[in-house]
Amino acid sequence: CSTFLALIPPSELTDQQKEFQQLARKFAREEMIPVAAAYDRSGEYPFPIIKKAWELGLINGHIPQEYGGMGLSIFDSCLITEELAYACTGMQTAMEANSLGQMPVIIAGNDAQKKKYLGRMTEEPLMCAYCVTEPGAGSDVANIKTRAVRVGDDYVVNGQKMWITNGGKANWYFLLARTNPDPKCPAGKAFTGFIVDADTPGIQVGRKEMNMGQRCSDTRGITFEDVRIPKENVLITEGAGFKIAMGAFDNTRPPVAAGATGLAQRALDEATNYALERKTFGKAIAEHQAVSFILAEMAMKVELARMAYQRSAWEVDQGRRNTYYASIAKAFAGDIANQVATDAVQVFGGNGFNSEYPVEKLMRDAKIYQIYEGTAQIQRLIISREHFGKYKK
Amino acid sequence: MSGRVLVGVKRVIDYAVKIRVKPDHSGVVTDGVKHSMNPFCEIAVEEAVKLKEKKLMKEVVVVSCGPQQSQETIRTALAMGADRGIHVEVSGKDYETLGPLQVSKILAALAKKEDAQLIILGKQAIDDDCNQTGQMTAALLDWPQGTFASEVSLEKDGIKVVREIDGGLETIKISTPAVLTADLRLNTPRYATLPNIMKAKKKKIANVKPADLGVDLTSRLEVLRVDEPPQRQAGMKVETVDDLVSKLKDAGKV
Repeated sequence: CSTFLALIPPSELTDQQKEFQQLARKFAREEMIPVAAAYDRSGEYPFPIIKKAWELGLINGHIPQEYGGMGLSIFDSCLITEELAYACTGMQTAMEANSLGQMPVIIAGNDAQKKKYLGRMTEEPLMCAYCVTEPGAGSDVANIKTRAVRVGDDYVVNGQKMWITNGGKANWYFLLARTNPDPKCPAGKAFTGFIVDADTPGIQVGRKEMNMGQRCSDTRGITFEDVRIPKENVLITEGAGFKIAMGAFDNTRPPVAAGATGLAQRALDEATNYALERKTFGKAIAEHQAVSFILAEMAMKVELARMAYQRSAWEVDQGRRNTYYASIAKAFAGDIANQVATDAVQVFGGNGFNSEYPVEKLMRDAKIYQIYEGTAQIQRLIISREHFGKYKK
Repeated sequence: MSGRVLVGVKRVIDYAVKIRVKPDHSGVVTDGVKHSMNPFCEIAVEEAVKLKEKKLMKEVVVVSCGPQQSQETIRTALAMGADRGIHVEVSGKDYETLGPLQVSKILAALAKKEDAQLIILGKQAIDDDCNQTGQMTAALLDWPQGTFASEVSLEKDGIKVVREIDGGLETIKISTPAVLTADLRLNTPRYATLPNIMKAKKKKIANVKPADLGVDLTSRLEVLRVDEPPQRQAGMKVETVDDLVSKLKDAGKV
C-alpha cells in the first residue's frame, strides 16, 4: 500500500483545467440545455449539438496528439464530461460512446490502425461504437455467441449484437467475437477484438430502440451476416480480445461516473432553486427541515461521487491500475444519481412528476447509469474481488 | 504601417451574478464572486480576430488593466485568437479608483508604444456603464472614433462604420488610425475551442506598470455611497380611464 499523501489528487484545478471546464460549462448551458427537452421528446439524434461540440474540441479528447487528437488526461476529460452531462446525459452519452468505441484502439491498436480509425475521427465529426453486448449476454461477456471464423486473409463474422449506443450512426465499430469454438478454451484466449467499418456488406442495423431515458441517444441491435473483416483489422492478435474489451473500462468508467455526477449536480441545483422559491405553510420549503435534510443528503452524495471519479481518473493518469477505484466510482455515482434524481422529483412535489419541469427527465435518464458500462451488481463483484485481493498478501 | 489592432478587455462581475451591495455601502461585493470578460469586450475581441482572419490586420494585441486576475481575462482573449497580451498591473486602492480617464491614458500610451493602427473596445462595461473610455482614448490620441459600431468595414480610404443611434442607424467614414467601440449587434463572439485554449498557454503576456507608461492614476472622482435601487412598489389596477386620470391627479403626477 503506497503512502497516503502520494495518492491525493490536486486540491485545486490548474488554470488550463479551469478553462476547459468553463468552455464545457458555457457550451452545456448555452447550447445543450435550451434544446434538451425537445430532443428528449422527439428522440431525434442530436447531431447538430454533437457537431458543435466536435468543432470546439469537446469530444474525442482521448485520441493521442500524434493522431490529431488532444491527448487529454482522463481527469481532464472527466471535468468536461461532468459539465456536458449536467445539461443532458442523452447527448453526452452519444458523445461518450465515441470514447468507449475508441478506447480499445487507443490501448491496443497498432500505428496503422490508429492512423486510419482514430485519425478520421478528428478530421470529420464521425461517430463510432463499442459492439460487445448481445441479446443473450450482457454482464456475462464470456458467453457471447457472435462467431468469427478465419477464411483466407479475412475473418467471417456471424452474430447478433444488442443495445449498441451509436449503433445506427457509427462509422466503425469495435467488435468482440469468439474465434475459438472450443468451450473449454479460457475467456482470456477465446475472443478477438476487431475494428469493423460500418458499411461492410452483411451488417444490418436494427431499428432505433425507444428507451426510458437518454432518449435522443441512438441505441440499436446489429446483425452480422457473413461479414468479412480483413486480418489487418484484428487488434493485437487472435485471442487477445477479452482483455482489450475489459481493459477499456478502466479508462471509460471514470468518465461515466463523471456523467452520473453531472446529472446528480443538475438535480441538486434544480431542486435547491425550487426549494428556495416555493412556499408552503408560510415559508420557503427550503426552511422546512424535512426538505433541507433531503437537500443536504443530496449534496453529500454529489460531493462524494465527484471525489470518487476524480480519484479513479487520477489513479489511471498516474499510470497505476485503477480498477478498484473505477468500479467504486461508477457504482457509487450510478446509485446516487438515481437517488438524487428521485429526491429532486420529491422536492418538486406534484410539479416534479410533470414534463414541464426538468426533474422527471433526470429521473428517467439516471436509471441507465446502474446498468450500462457494467451493472451495479457487476461493479460490486469487481470491488469485492479487488478488495479481497488486498488482504490475501 | 504595422497592421496592429489593440483591443482593451475588462474583467467584470459576470452578467448572471446577483449583485450585492457591501454592508458599509462603499461598493459592491466582489470577493468570491464570479468574474468574466465584459460582454462588449468579447465582441471587440471577436471583431479584431475576424479582421486578422480576413488578413486586413496583421496582429491582435489584447490589453487589460487590473490586478493579477486580469490575466485570466487576457488568456480568454488569447484563446479566442488574439496574438499576445499586455497586462497593465493596477491593484489595491489604485484599482478601486481606476476609471475611464486613467484607462484611456494607458491605452493611448500603449497605442503609441505598440504602433497600433486600430483600437477596438467594448462600448461600455457592464459594471460602471460609463461609455467613456473609447471616446476619451480617441480624444487623447486625436484620432477619429466610430462608437456604438454594429458594422465595420475596412476600405482603401478609411473605415466605414454603421453606428446604432437613437434614431436608427448612422453610417460614417473615418480615416485611420482610429478608435472603434463595439455595440451588441456587431458580431457573435466565438467559443474558445479546446485546442485554442491549449495553444493560448504558449502565447506571451507582457507585464507593464502604469508608471512605465508615464500615466498618473490619480482619480478626480470620489465615490460617496453605493445603494441598491429602491424596491419596486406594487402597482394598482384601475377599471376606467377616468379612474386613471383621477388617481394620477391625486398623486400629483398630472
